[in-house]
Amino acid sequence: MSHLSASFDLTFPSFHLQANLDVPAQGIIAIFGPSGCGKTTLLRCLAGLERAPIGSMLLGKHCWQDEKQKIFVPLSQRPIGYVFQEPRLFPHLTVKGNLQYGWKRIGESVRRITFDQVVEVLGITHLLERRPSLLSGGEQQRIAIGRALLTSPRLLLMDEPLSSLDLQRKREVLPFIQKLESEFHIPIIYVSHDLHEIVELAKTVVLLKEGKVAEVGPIEEVFSQLNLRQLIPDNHLGALIDTIVAEQDQEFGLTKLAFSGGHLHVPHQHRAIGERLRVQILAKDVSIISSPPSFQTSVLNLLEATVVEIGEVNIEHPFVDIKLDIGCPLLATITRKSLATLNLHPGQRVHAQIKAVALSPEIHQ
Amino acid sequence: MIGIVELGPLWLTLQLASATVVVLLILGTPIAWWLAFTSSRLRTIVEAIVALPIVLPPTVLGFYLLIALGPHGFLGGPWKDLTGSALSFSFSGLVIASTFYSLPFVVQPLHGAFEAIGRKPLEAAWALRASKLDTFLSVASPMAIRGYLTAIVLGFAHTLGEFGVVLMVGGNIPGQTKVLSIAIYDHVEVLEYAQAHTLSAGLLLFSFIVLLGVYTANRRFPLHAT
Repeated sequence: MSHLSASFDLTFPSFHLQANLDVPAQGIIAIFGPSGCGKTTLLRCLAGLERAPIGSMLLGKHCWQDEKQKIFVPLSQRPIGYVFQEPRLFPHLTVKGNLQYGWKRIGESVRRITFDQVVEVLGITHLLERRPSLLSGGEQQRIAIGRALLTSPRLLLMDEPLSSLDLQRKREVLPFIQKLESEFHIPIIYVSHDLHEIVELAKTVVLLKEGKVAEVGPIEEVFSQLNLRQLIPDNHLGALIDTIVAEQDQEFGLTKLAFSGGHLHVPHQHRAIGERLRVQILAKDVSIISSPPSFQTSVLNLLEATVVEIGEVNIEHPFVDIKLDIGCPLLATITRKSLATLNLHPGQRVHAQIKAVALSPEIHQ
Repeated sequence: MIGIVELGPLWLTLQLASATVVVLLILGTPIAWWLAFTSSRLRTIVEAIVALPIVLPPTVLGFYLLIALGPHGFLGGPWKDLTGSALSFSFSGLVIASTFYSLPFVVQPLHGAFEAIGRKPLEAAWALRASKLDTFLSVASPMAIRGYLTAIVLGFAHTLGEFGVVLMVGGNIPGQTKVLSIAIYDHVEVLEYAQAHTLSAGLLLFSFIVLLGVYTANRRFPLHAT
C-alpha cells in the first residue's frame, strides 16, 4: 500500500508549523484541530502552495518536495486535486468549461476518470450550460469537486469544503464526498474543525495542535484514547463505534444497532436494515455502576464492561476519564468522588449506562 | 462656424494614441501584475513613480524627456547610434514620451483589476494543472477584461489629449509631430476660430462617444468573482 510521508517546518510571524506525517494513502484521512492550529497551512504545504524551507513530501515513490536535494515540484505539475473552502469557480466559464479546465490540461493517457462518470456521481447534468454565479453554494462546491476529480488526481486535498455551506447544503454535498472514496479510489485528505463531518467520513485521523501533529492513527483508535482532553473539546470526547442497523422497533420508535459488544438502542433512524452506521458515544453520557441495578432504570443501553485504564487524576479537576471495554473501547467521564466510592481499578467488571448516542444529528436528520 | 481643416494632425494623433496604447499594454501588464501580487517593499516606491505623471506639470515631464530623448540623452544617445536619427522631435520620440505620460492611466486600472481577482482563482488554476503563463492567459486576463477595457480607453483618450509633453518633446513638425491638440493651439494663435472649433468639437464628441462606449460595455460584462 502506498504511503504519504510529509514533513514541514515553516515559520510565520505568529505561527510555527512543525508537522511530520506518515499515513497510509488510503481512504479519507481527516486533519482535525481547533481554528488556528495550522490545518489549512499543512494542507497548503502538502499541495505546494506554501513552500516550507525545511520540508519533504512523498506519495508512494513520487517525490514532490525534498529541500535537502532542492526538489520542489510546483502544484501545477503535481497530480493533486484541491478543493478549497470556497468553490473558486471561474466566473467567465460555464459549468462545463470549469469542469473541463483541468481535464483538458492532462494527458489523455492519464485520464482515469471520465466526464460522464463525474457528472453522474455528482448529479450535475442539468447545470452544465449555466454560469457559476447562478448556482447555489452547494451546487458550486459540487462543481469544484468535479473539476478537481477530472484531473484524475492521485491525491485529493479538501479544505473544509462544507464550511461555507448551510446545513441544508452540507447534507446535499456530504453523501457525494462519501461516494468519492468508493467510486474513484483516490486517497483524500480532508481538513475540518467539525467533528461530526470527521466521524462520518474519516478512516484515519490526524489531530493537530499548535502546528504540531499531536495524534495520528485509525479514527476508532485515536478516539478511544484517554489523553485527548487537551485536543478535543469536552463535548466531543467519546469513543466511536461502528455498528450495523439490526432492527427497527416501530412500536416505540427505536432503532437497534448491532456492534461487536452487543446492541445499542437509539431513537428511530431512517436507515435500512444492514446499513453501516458509525456512532459516537460521548464520555460525558456514560456512567458506571459496579453491579447490575436491582431496580428498574430508564436508561436503555446498559452494557457489561471491564475497566481498562483510569485516566490522569487532577486534584484541581473534579472529573476523571475512564476507559472501558465493552467488546470495543468506550470512554466514560465520572467524578473523582465516584472513582473513590466505586473503588475502580483496571480489570474490574462493571456495567456501563449509556444515556445517549450521538449520531451526527446535524447531518442525518 | 465649421472650418475646413487638414486631416493630417487627426491621423497622426490616432496613430500616436494607438501605438502608445499597444506599448503601454505590453509594458503595463507586467508592472500592474507585479504591483498586485508582490510583497516586496519596493512596491510603494514603484506605485508612486507610476503615479507621478498624474501630478507632475506636463512641462516638467516634457523637459526631462526632452533631455533624455535628445542626441546626448540616455535614451536618445543609444537610439542615434543605433538608427542614425534623433529621438527628439520624431514620431518615435512622441510614442516614448506618451508612454510615460499615460502610464498611470493604463497601469492603475490593470492593477486594480488584478488585485480584485486576487490569488484565489490563480491557485485554483494551478491546482488544475495550468502553468503560470497559462493561468494568466486563461483565467486572469479574461477575468480582468473590464480592467483592460478601461485601461485601453483611458490610455488612448489621455494620449489624445496631451499637449505640454508633446509640444516640448515633439515640437510642431507637420506630418511628424503636429498632433491634434497642437493643431488647435496653432489655429487659435492665428485666430482661425472656425478651424479650432471643428477640431475641438470633433475631439470632444469623440472622447464622449468613447467614454460612453466604455461605460456601456462595463455594464455588459457583469463579472462577479466567486
